[in-house]
Amino acid sequence: MRIIKVFITILILFYFSPLKADQDRLQNSITKNLRCLICQGQSVYDSDSEFAISLKLVVKNKIKEGLSEDQIYNYLTEKYGEWILYDPKFNKNTYFLWFLPLLIFLFGGAIIFKKLIKIKK
Amino acid sequence: MKSRIFSFLAIVSLLLVFTIFYKGLNKSSFYQPKIEVKNIPEFSAITFFKKEEVSSKNIFEKNKFYLLNIWASWCVPCKEEHHLLINLSKNDQLEIIGLNYKDNFKNAQNFLSELGNPYEKILIDKDGTKAIEWGAFGVPETFLVFQNKIIKKFIGPLNIKSVEEIKKIIQ
Repeated sequence: MRIIKVFITILILFYFSPLKADQDRLQNSITKNLRCLICQGQSVYDSDSEFAISLKLVVKNKIKEGLSEDQIYNYLTEKYGEWILYDPKFNKNTYFLWFLPLLIFLFGGAIIFKKLIKIKK
Repeated sequence: MKSRIFSFLAIVSLLLVFTIFYKGLNKSSFYQPKIEVKNIPEFSAITFFKKEEVSSKNIFEKNKFYLLNIWASWCVPCKEEHHLLINLSKNDQLEIIGLNYKDNFKNAQNFLSELGNPYEKILIDKDGTKAIEWGAFGVPETFLVFQNKIIKKFIGPLNIKSVEEIKKIIQ
C-alpha cells in the first residue's frame, strides 16, 4: 500500500513539473521584457528591488489566472505606460521607431548601389 | 557643390544630435507616465486592525474625496510626510485610507502610536501586489480619488505644495 502511495506521489510530481516549467519559462520571458522602472538599466527579471519582486509575483499570479503574454503586457502598460516594455508595441506612436532602422538600411543600400554602378561604368 | 551639401548635412546632423543629447541630459531620469483620469483598481484586502477582508468597492463608495496613501514603518520619507497627513485628516471632506506596504505589524503599530494615526482605514499589502494594482512604484505614494477615479497621483513624500494642491482640489 505504501509503495503504491509513493508511486502515485512521484507520478503526480512528474505530471505537474513540465507544466510548472512552462509557467516559469513564460514568467522569465515576460519579466525579461519588462523594464524595472525604479532601477537604472535593469529588467524586472534582473532586479531584486521591492518593485521588481512584487512585479514578478504579479506576473506569476496573472499566468496562473490564465492570462496570455499579450494580456499581461496590456495590463501592465495600462498601469505604467508603454515605457515598461523593452519591446514596444507596433502602433502609430512607434512607427518612426520601428521604421527608422529600415529607412537607414535602405538609404545606405541606395548609396552603395549607386557607388557600385559608378565603379562598373 | 557636392562638398558644400556634405558639410551642410554634417553640421545639421551634428546640431540635431547635440540638441537631442542636451535635452536628454536635462530630463529627469525618473520616468512617470502621464496620468489620465483612471478608474481605481478592483481588489480586496485585509484590514490592518480587525483583519477583515474588504473589497475596494466598499471602501471608496461614499461621494467624497479619498486619499490613498501607501506607507511603511521602515520607510523614512513616510515619517517626513506623516504630520502632513495628520493635518489633512482634520478635513471633513477627505477620508484618508492607508495601504501598509510590505511591513511588520508590530513595527507599523509602533509607528502609528508614535506619530499618530491619520487613517480612517488601513489595508495590508503584504507582498506589494496591491500597490502594483494601483500602478505605484514604491513607498510613499499618494492617490487622490473621487467617485472611484484617480484624479491626482503624488510619487514620493507629500510636501506643503502638494498638500495645498490637494486642499485646492477638494474645496
